[in-house]
Amino acid sequence: MISARALGRSFGAKRVLRDLDLELGEHELLLVTGPNGSGKSTLLALCAGLLAPTQGELEVAVDRGRIGYLAHEPLVYRELTALENLDLYGRLYRVPERRERIGMLLERYGLWESRRERVATFSRGMQQRLALCRTLLHEPDLLLLDEPFAGLDEPGAALLDAELEALAGERTLVLATHDPERVVPLATERLALA
Amino acid sequence: MSYLADVGTLARKDLLLELRSRDTVPAMLLFVVSTLVVFNFALPAGASDEAAYGLLWAALVFTAILGLTRAFAAEREQRVLDGLVLAPADRSAIWLGKAIAVVAFLALAEVVALPAFALFFEPVGWELVAAVALASVGLAVVGTLLAAMAAASRARELLLPLLFLPLVIPIVVGGVGASIADDPGRYLGFLALYDLIFAILSWASFEYVVTE
Repeated sequence: MISARALGRSFGAKRVLRDLDLELGEHELLLVTGPNGSGKSTLLALCAGLLAPTQGELEVAVDRGRIGYLAHEPLVYRELTALENLDLYGRLYRVPERRERIGMLLERYGLWESRRERVATFSRGMQQRLALCRTLLHEPDLLLLDEPFAGLDEPGAALLDAELEALAGERTLVLATHDPERVVPLATERLALA
Repeated sequence: MSYLADVGTLARKDLLLELRSRDTVPAMLLFVVSTLVVFNFALPAGASDEAAYGLLWAALVFTAILGLTRAFAAEREQRVLDGLVLAPADRSAIWLGKAIAVVAFLALAEVVALPAFALFFEPVGWELVAAVALASVGLAVVGTLLAAMAAASRARELLLPLLFLPLVIPIVVGGVGASIADDPGRYLGFLALYDLIFAILSWASFEYVVTE
């Protein structure tokens, strides 16, 4: 599903990724680790199509509408409520039975009671839960998860553990994290960036 | 139909955001009225009608800049534009939805500006109202594209006026011409043509502005 040859990305004079070769098949889970600045987020943004490579080739064999991208920021509007944000994305992604799907995700991630509150009032953990709901809303074939455990409390992290367990083997996942222990048992491929 | 539905969804979102935050429209209203008051005192007694109309158009263009600098603020703050760009919707729908919202904000400013202009300077005729309506579309379609370009830059507050002002000179020419000419139809046609050409160019190029 993802194929990279001599992939590189620079920002001005700074080279963040260089000469990366990668093959990831369908329904595999690639665990990406590495210190800050090693290019984990850049690799995910490249796979999402948000950045273009400055060197090498990258092929991602999935339509952009079938990608679920979890970034550092939740990619939601602070002045809209959780429900309004998910409804916006649900409409743009043409999610079938949108309301039911949104309700189910909000309940699963413990945000149902806060659904009519503005995101600006949410804690970091609640924003991350909402970002996960947004990422999973359209049941993507390829999930690009950048530090998905960031900001989550233990119950939230346990929810995500269960979600990843259910998704592993059914979807293709690329997961970048500083905390690989939680995901190691599910990973089929590992990539350590320096 | 799904394209229009996407545009409607995105425009509604922008209007709702403004209704909640009230960041842009109140500032635009205050600015356009303040500017006309200042021009009222700046224009010497006995100055020509043409000068007054020119000042109105200058006020409208600068009010548009004020609104456009905030046009992509919500998207920039939380990188929401990345989320919108990844959606399967045609990316030009983001531009069109935003441009519709900008036209609505400009229309509100003009609803206040034109009576203020009539109060301080000259009566407002149908030709001025028609010119302002056509100009609003032109200002919004060009401005929204440039605001998206500027949003990606650190010097966005400087970049937007530098790109915007040269491109809207034809709007000022057409607007002032329609306001004072004996035959305003020619200038109104010119404004409509400007809107059409720049709407097509902006619609076609927006994708390249928001992607690498």
